[in-house]
Amino acid sequence: MRAALAARAGTLAIVAVILALLPFQLSNYHQGLAARVGVYFIAILGLNVLTGYTGQISIGHGAFMAIGGYTTAIMSADHHTNLIATLPLAFAITFACSLLVGLPALRFSGVYLALATFALAVSVPQLPLKFSKFTGGSNGIRTVDAPGNLWLYGVTWACGALLFAGAWLLLRGRIGRAFRAVRDSEIAATSSGVELPVYKTLAFGVSAAYAGVAGSLFVLATNGFAQPNEFGILLSLKILIGAAVAGLGSLWGVLVGAVFIGMLPEISSSVPLVGSSHGQDVVFGLLVILVMLLLPTGVAGMLGRLVRGRART
Amino acid sequence: MDATDTPLGAFLRPTPLLLAAGAVFLLVGSLTSTIFAQQTVAGLAQGAIFASLALALVLIYRATGVINFAQGEMAMGTTYIAYQLTLWGLSYWLAFFCSLGIAFVLGALIQATVIRPVQHKSVIAVVIVTIGLFILIDGLVAWKWGGDIKFMDAPFGNAVYHGGGVAFARQDIGTLAVTVVSVLVLWAFFRFTKAGLGLRAGAVRPAAARLVGVRVDALLAVGWGLAAMLGAISGLMTEPSQFLQPTMMQPILLYAFAAAVLGGLESPAGSVVGGLALGVFLNLIGQYVGFATSELRLPIAFAVLLGVLLLKPHGLFGRKEVRRV
Repeated sequence: MRAALAARAGTLAIVAVILALLPFQLSNYHQGLAARVGVYFIAILGLNVLTGYTGQISIGHGAFMAIGGYTTAIMSADHHTNLIATLPLAFAITFACSLLVGLPALRFSGVYLALATFALAVSVPQLPLKFSKFTGGSNGIRTVDAPGNLWLYGVTWACGALLFAGAWLLLRGRIGRAFRAVRDSEIAATSSGVELPVYKTLAFGVSAAYAGVAGSLFVLATNGFAQPNEFGILLSLKILIGAAVAGLGSLWGVLVGAVFIGMLPEISSSVPLVGSSHGQDVVFGLLVILVMLLLPTGVAGMLGRLVRGRART
Repeated sequence: MDATDTPLGAFLRPTPLLLAAGAVFLLVGSLTSTIFAQQTVAGLAQGAIFASLALALVLIYRATGVINFAQGEMAMGTTYIAYQLTLWGLSYWLAFFCSLGIAFVLGALIQATVIRPVQHKSVIAVVIVTIGLFILIDGLVAWKWGGDIKFMDAPFGNAVYHGGGVAFARQDIGTLAVTVVSVLVLWAFFRFTKAGLGLRAGAVRPAAARLVGVRVDALLAVGWGLAAMLGAISGLMTEPSQFLQPTMMQPILLYAFAAAVLGGLESPAGSVVGGLALGVFLNLIGQYVGFATSELRLPIAFAVLLGVLLLKPHGLFGRKEVRRV
């Protein structure tokens, strides 16, 4: 047990060192790309807390990213708030907004949350068009200054590390046990004294708030522009696909999922099929169906089996 | 959680009373104002489209307890197939019926190849597979036909009928008629045919149905095929107003979700009534409430969905779900 823990801490340290040294080896362009991978890392991490550990499905995390992103853009453009100071604000505002959706939808089976969050993802991009005085309409709104790629990389991965540690602390103890009990059987969890509404709402709120921070950083990574069509339904679907490909219920898989979602669009357009954006959708769709059919525990589960298999021999 | 648990829910309990009041309101309004009458008829036609997609969702939800998130994209895909058939020289209505047949086959194939293997694993697995189908169909259509808007012939022409000072678009009347006929045919299938009865039996008690010789797995594929056909009808009826584009069914899917929840996710009749009611409601609120501009149509439908979950979670026609430990 102690050996396993030490091994895990060792891997964590190695990953942290690699991530800390990486930007000095990368070109400016690739720093920006690695920062975008970090944005997806945070969003998928949040979704994994909800879907992987509590068994509730959200198809609306793109909408929460929009709420976080617009928080950052509006605070910076209209109130000249420091960009880093907008991140906790995005966290808090997205958490509060998620309760509006979560409280009605979480009282029933998981299908209702999936329905409600899908509806959220489709309808939220309409709101900036209606309230264009605050949000700049379809042109979007821009932060006062757009940060450079190295700054972006540092802040994104620092947030990623902080939120990863937060998720680990939340999931390792009493609350994490309650989450998993809800996932495995709601009825058994209730009869063991787990208050379903409290824990489901908490998981949904935390999960959405993570997406909110990811949305803030997403806006900063697109030159500080928040635009409605950046946050369409496909963003929500991609995050769910990233979480599923990575393996639900595994914090390590999140890194794989983020790299997959973040890097696929970078494949050169000279590659047939995958190079075009429609081709990528085909790949995303096919791959997630294949993963669900062949590797239901995702890439993380497959790697876990390989490692365990080798340890035994 | 029963409807009576919330005080406002208890107030809304007598569904027939509510529906009768709504019908009287629409009738009186239509007799007093021609604009009101026009908006009501147009709303019913749009609602009929929501209703057929909602009915497709409810069919699958009743049989398997999951929502097919790809239902709208499947409808969009089959509408593109109909478009391709007209390009090849088929007349509109021939293409219409051919694409219904193709939709049935594709729906059944999808169930048998990618849904059946994960069906018994978890709701999450099925939902994620349907999300995969969503993005896959989206990508395939945009890849094959491109993202720009395409047009088909108007199925009912552009004629307008006048009656009592009110103008009725032939398109609206035709949409309503097609939906009513398809719902009636579906009802007859589930009421009078052996396959339909078997499908219902399989939905309620799969194990018992299997014991008396119902081929539940094969019938589930038939169910998916029928749902895909209904979806194709909603896609083809959406085309005259939204035209062909890969995103055409995404808003309609949201309206269909709201309609299905409003009617009660378990209730086919509810989804039809919910669709019609939502269509009329959105049109009237757009006409008479200045704040509710077209950008707010989707958010309003979303608010309806949340409001129903808060006040009357099992919808107008749904029943409280009872679960066994």
